[in-house]
Amino acid sequence: MLGVINRTKAWFAGRCGQPLLQAYYDLYKLLAKGAVYSRTTTWVFRAGPMVGLSAVLVGMTLVPLGGKPAPLAFAGDFILLAYLLGLMRFFTVAAALDTGSSFEAMGASREVTFSALAEPALLLGLAVVARQTGRFSLSGMYGGMALETWRQAGPVLALVAAALMVVLLSENARLPIDDPNTHLELTMIHEVMVLDHSGPDLAFIFYGSALKLWVFAALLVGLVLPLRTGHAWLDVGAALGGIFAVAVAVGAVESCMARLRLVRVPQLLVGAAALVALALILTLR
Amino acid sequence: MVLILVLIPAVIGGVAFLVRNDPLRRAMLVATAVTHAGLTAACWVHRPAATAGGWLVLDAAGLLFLSITSALFLAAAVYAVAYLRREHDHVTRDAVEGFLFSNAPEATFTGCLLLFLAAMTLVTLSQHVGLLWVAVEATTLASAPLIYFHRHHRSLEATWKYLLICSVGIALALLGNFFLAVAAGSTPLVFGELVARAGQLNVPWLKAAFLLVLVGYGTKMGLAPLHTWLPDAHSESPPVISALLSGALLNCAFLGIIRMQQVCAAGGLGDFSRTLLVGFGLISMAVSAVFIVGQTDFKRLLAYSSVEHMGILALGVGLGGAGVFGAMLHAVNHSLTKAMLFLVAGNILGAYGTKSAADVQGALRVLPVSGVLWVAGLLAITGSPPFGLFLSEFTILKAALDAGRIGVAVTYLALLAVIFVGMATIMLRMAQGVSLRIAPRRESWTAVVPPAALATVVLVLGIYLPGQLTHLLRETAHLLGDL
Amino acid sequence: MTLNVILILVVLINLRVLGASRIEASVRIVALQGILLGLLAVLEHYGDLTVSVWMVAVGGAVLKGVVFPWLLLRAVRSTDVKREFEPFVGPIASLLFGVAALGVSFSLARRLPLPQAAHSSLLVAVALFSILVGLFLIVARKKAISQVLGFLVMENGIYTFGVGLVRQSPLLVELGVMLDVFVAVFVMGIALFHISREFDHINTQELTTLKD
Repeated sequence: MLGVINRTKAWFAGRCGQPLLQAYYDLYKLLAKGAVYSRTTTWVFRAGPMVGLSAVLVGMTLVPLGGKPAPLAFAGDFILLAYLLGLMRFFTVAAALDTGSSFEAMGASREVTFSALAEPALLLGLAVVARQTGRFSLSGMYGGMALETWRQAGPVLALVAAALMVVLLSENARLPIDDPNTHLELTMIHEVMVLDHSGPDLAFIFYGSALKLWVFAALLVGLVLPLRTGHAWLDVGAALGGIFAVAVAVGAVESCMARLRLVRVPQLLVGAAALVALALILTLR
Repeated sequence: MVLILVLIPAVIGGVAFLVRNDPLRRAMLVATAVTHAGLTAACWVHRPAATAGGWLVLDAAGLLFLSITSALFLAAAVYAVAYLRREHDHVTRDAVEGFLFSNAPEATFTGCLLLFLAAMTLVTLSQHVGLLWVAVEATTLASAPLIYFHRHHRSLEATWKYLLICSVGIALALLGNFFLAVAAGSTPLVFGELVARAGQLNVPWLKAAFLLVLVGYGTKMGLAPLHTWLPDAHSESPPVISALLSGALLNCAFLGIIRMQQVCAAGGLGDFSRTLLVGFGLISMAVSAVFIVGQTDFKRLLAYSSVEHMGILALGVGLGGAGVFGAMLHAVNHSLTKAMLFLVAGNILGAYGTKSAADVQGALRVLPVSGVLWVAGLLAITGSPPFGLFLSEFTILKAALDAGRIGVAVTYLALLAVIFVGMATIMLRMAQGVSLRIAPRRESWTAVVPPAALATVVLVLGIYLPGQLTHLLRETAHLLGDL
Repeated sequence: MTLNVILILVVLINLRVLGASRIEASVRIVALQGILLGLLAVLEHYGDLTVSVWMVAVGGAVLKGVVFPWLLLRAVRSTDVKREFEPFVGPIASLLFGVAALGVSFSLARRLPLPQAAHSSLLVAVALFSILVGLFLIVARKKAISQVLGFLVMENGIYTFGVGLVRQSPLLVELGVMLDVFVAVFVMGIALFHISREFDHINTQELTTLKD
């Protein structure tokens, strides 16, 4: 996905851009390097990337794609997903704080504030979908979604989709909330937290954030594109196409918008939460 | 025929904007006022028929309020001639803060004044709920430029508050009208029909409608706690406008409320509506009492007194029975007295140049006639015999006691006493004593005759109620359902 | 179904105005709300479209979508003030109030069942929500122009209620109501102009000379 995003941005800028699989080349390069650990860090710093990656890998097993049930599914698993992502975030933040540098702490505090505002939007949005389909596990919810659901409750689902898009941009540190390419002190959020990691640790974090992007995109695509033709390869193929489209959309948004002022980001997130609250009120009525 | 009452002031008001000659315009103003009063008097003799498909009907309540409006407008128009001549194209120094300000063009003033009369007439004539609303909003819009006659920041502030608060209130009344429409279903929204078919009205929606209309038109009427625009608007506007606002406009808003109350009473919600009216009435009296005691500005004093009397009106209607008769009589008495007081206050302001009560002394010597009228007005407005307000307030008190509501009666008396003490302290101190700064002066007859005439009428009404008036009041009270 | 979509758009516009900070954008978006409501009027009466319905709907849409923003933007531009709202209550708190108001209006709407069925079940709730948001904007903003905007949003809410429910409202009354609102906004625009000339700003927080 990262490759597609970067390629889209390059296309907008008129450049040729990186190869699509650049991310994998970067991972391979990082894994081969040795890690450097600062003397002020403890086991938290070393554990952070690994815990994060494992958390998101477990989370991926919960997420369905193309209407097919996920490897793991049980009632209430979407709450577990949210908490796994939270765990990943917690350990990244803890590792950042562990370095003892105020630079990373600043990024950590921003990240935590924004996630605190984005999480209600995510959970309430998933709750709306659960109420709409009547099931409580992610596979059930997305399995139960079909084109009729959109016809019945179109506006509600549109609101949830919009909010999910904002949450996607926020949680994955994309513009207009955070610029992944910046390295200026005042503007970094995610980048600054992982500044001290190197080698395989950085590779884990990099891959972990890429997987997190996939998770959110899958949630969004399952909501927006509920194609249930009954043929497995057609549904999964459509879902993959949807993920590709989401990546292009993210790239487009990144190219067209500038980063928001930091005071505006909470307003945007509360706005997304308000959209989801409206959707919730409409479904509960 | 009834439509002429509205059209004449409206048309001449429109023309007044274009007339350049000042004396001609003032003559037009007085002529319109006289014509309007004459036509109203004719309506007393021979009640005109309904027009516009039953939308414009001059029933008893309408005739009562129309007569008050017409009489006040005549007095105000006569007073305004001299006032405009004095204030015309004048750059004045403000007494309170010392800056220079000018006045609005006289054409705007006269034109808006006549449109204001037209709108108020329309309010008294409307029998259709929607038309009543349009007319009340029109009065707000016509009177806003009038408040902003003296072009300075205080009057601008007063105008803005008036415009915004009253528009919001009236918008809520519009929502109440829509609720009423839902409650009415297929019944046309004419008050007569609504009362006749009141049994079919949907009760929860009717309740909500009454509440909204009470809050909405109550804002316009000056019921506390929605009265916040009133002291500012009535104190910053020219005395002519204050007189009309207090005397005529508040009554028009009250008319809207009591027509709604009529529908509610017929629909079985009489107790609900009456309780609300009594509550608002007592709160208005209490709030005004708090602000009257220790008031420093004598025009604001009169404005808070208006709030008090609107409270008394609401209380009277809320008590039912003889209270409704008392409230209608009180409306007549209060309007005449308050208009007189504001005109006299205008004279005092003109002579002393200040609105602060502490700076005014010896009005009895400086302005003999106005001083006497000021003291007489004090006695009248606080309800002392032999003036008319004593009778009306006493009737309301008797109604409270007859209904067994001792608590209400005791509160009512206590608040009246507090207000009497508060107002007397301030107003008597202004009248007595010797003024060292201002020399006694002659007063022009146009500044004195209108208030004197009004005072005489109030005095007469205290001693003797003409048969025709009693008949009209009783008819109005019956119309409003005094059971 | 389309009615629901329009009503939800109206709600979104209200939320946007609550969270907005630039005056001109807010004025334009309230104008859009007015146009949407004109569309709502046409769709609601789709069964029996008469000339009077068309007149009211189109007249209302033109008035609110074209005339009012022109008047208000002219007033704002002539006053030469800073183009941002300076609220007493910040955007986030306003949005949270908006969500609370949404809950309140939906629960109130359930308590007031309509005797005649409207085409959309959201109508009463959205109308009440607009009224609450309008009142909030009047109270919680410093600039005089935002008070006028709040008044417009409130009128939009009342209009929503009227459109959906009162089918037999005579043409004359509807026109009278529109005329009144137009003159009100016009007079308010003039007052705004005077205020800015007199005070060099349009902060109503400064209008506190008159008090006891």
